[in-house]
Amino acid sequence: MALSREQIAMRVAQEFKDGSYINLGIGIPTLAANYVPEGITVMLQSENGLLGMGPYPTEEQVDADMINAGKETVTASTGASIFSSAESFAMIRGGHVDITVLGAFEVDQQGNIASWMIPGKLVKGMGGAMDLVAGAKNIIVTMTHADKHGQSKLLEQCTLPLTGVNCINRIITDLAMLEIRDNAFYLLERAPGVSVDEIRQKTAGKLIIEGDIPEMQF
Amino acid sequence: MAGFDKVVSSYAEAMAGLTDNMTVIAGGFGLCGIPEGLIGQIKRMGVTGLTVVSNNCGVDGFGLGILLEDRQIKKMVASYVGENALFEKQLLSGELEVELTPQGTLAEKMRAGGAGIPAFYTATGYGTPVGEGKEVREFNGRPYILEESITGDFAIVKAWKADRYGNCVYRHTAQNFNPMAATAGKITVVEVEEIVEPGEIPPSQIQTPGIYVDRVIKGSFEKRIERKVTRSA
Repeated sequence: MALSREQIAMRVAQEFKDGSYINLGIGIPTLAANYVPEGITVMLQSENGLLGMGPYPTEEQVDADMINAGKETVTASTGASIFSSAESFAMIRGGHVDITVLGAFEVDQQGNIASWMIPGKLVKGMGGAMDLVAGAKNIIVTMTHADKHGQSKLLEQCTLPLTGVNCINRIITDLAMLEIRDNAFYLLERAPGVSVDEIRQKTAGKLIIEGDIPEMQF
Repeated sequence: MAGFDKVVSSYAEAMAGLTDNMTVIAGGFGLCGIPEGLIGQIKRMGVTGLTVVSNNCGVDGFGLGILLEDRQIKKMVASYVGENALFEKQLLSGELEVELTPQGTLAEKMRAGGAGIPAFYTATGYGTPVGEGKEVREFNGRPYILEESITGDFAIVKAWKADRYGNCVYRHTAQNFNPMAATAGKITVVEVEEIVEPGEIPPSQIQTPGIYVDRVIKGSFEKRIERKVTRSA
């Protein structure tokens, strides 16, 4: 069975290491904050200028001056810091953020990512995504393995305008977890009940399958 | 105004000198930390042909969005403009030009502009449409693109408090682009919630030193929230 959005987020959170600084993009990546494994402490960076993002506020705590990068009201966790946009992107571009998780339209076997622009459709902007993919040490992409017409999103070469080049190392889809290296997708894990054949069928780029591929554990 | 006293008493005074076709750098992220009253004054002045540099362009009917109503903005430099139907309409009809700029590059363009640095190299945008036509140079085996900095005829800034000398502090995430915007205007105008006397803000806590600031005005703010999300207590 393909993973739900929540299950993708759960698998993402298993990649978090104790003491890491993490930036989560909008959508499935944000959900990963709900599944940080027991006994692990992470600090979430929000690129509008907050390191140590806490939970959403209660009605009484709502403060118009306290928002996250998705423009939602938010709180600061204990030990948080708040700073300017230049400082925030110095952290990001300087490689100080340990993990970035973001969504994408396409990823290719060279580690290129397309996530912000579909020609012919209205372009809203890249926000901080280009800075994040250029700067983070480890980038995890979450997306569905294929689009709603069954077309693979894991390609030999991206067809859409890029967000960044040679920057993606890990992808967690509804079907599998893969690593990108040596110009290929390496299959690491498959979603419970999903066959290697189905993953092979829905991966357009070069796919390397070494030995038995374990199922994800939740 | 005498000596270092930068306080003005009207919005007309605050924005005096703004004319058609100028470049205005505005602080704020979404609707958070925006100089609401200064934007309102630009609307009242009716100046047109403006180039506005800001992370976003407000929403329909609020923030920088109100400057679209009378077509005062000719060009917008921003990282994300997705919240605004009028913006979309003017963009599609060709009345409005937009230069989409990665958020970190935008912050750095303002910071560098204010610091007298005309351009800088960054990895952000290399190999993407943002990098097209820009100089590429390799450092330590990695390619970077050359991005030019930005300065404005005016910078409009929202701070929490300023003293009469223009020393500013910001509140929570309403800081965002404001400190960089403050450095990058030929004339920098700061709209604040509270004006205090010099010395009241401890010197080491000042986030924007008054040297960058030309005018300070006490505003009144609606502080509209774009996406209110709460949890149960």
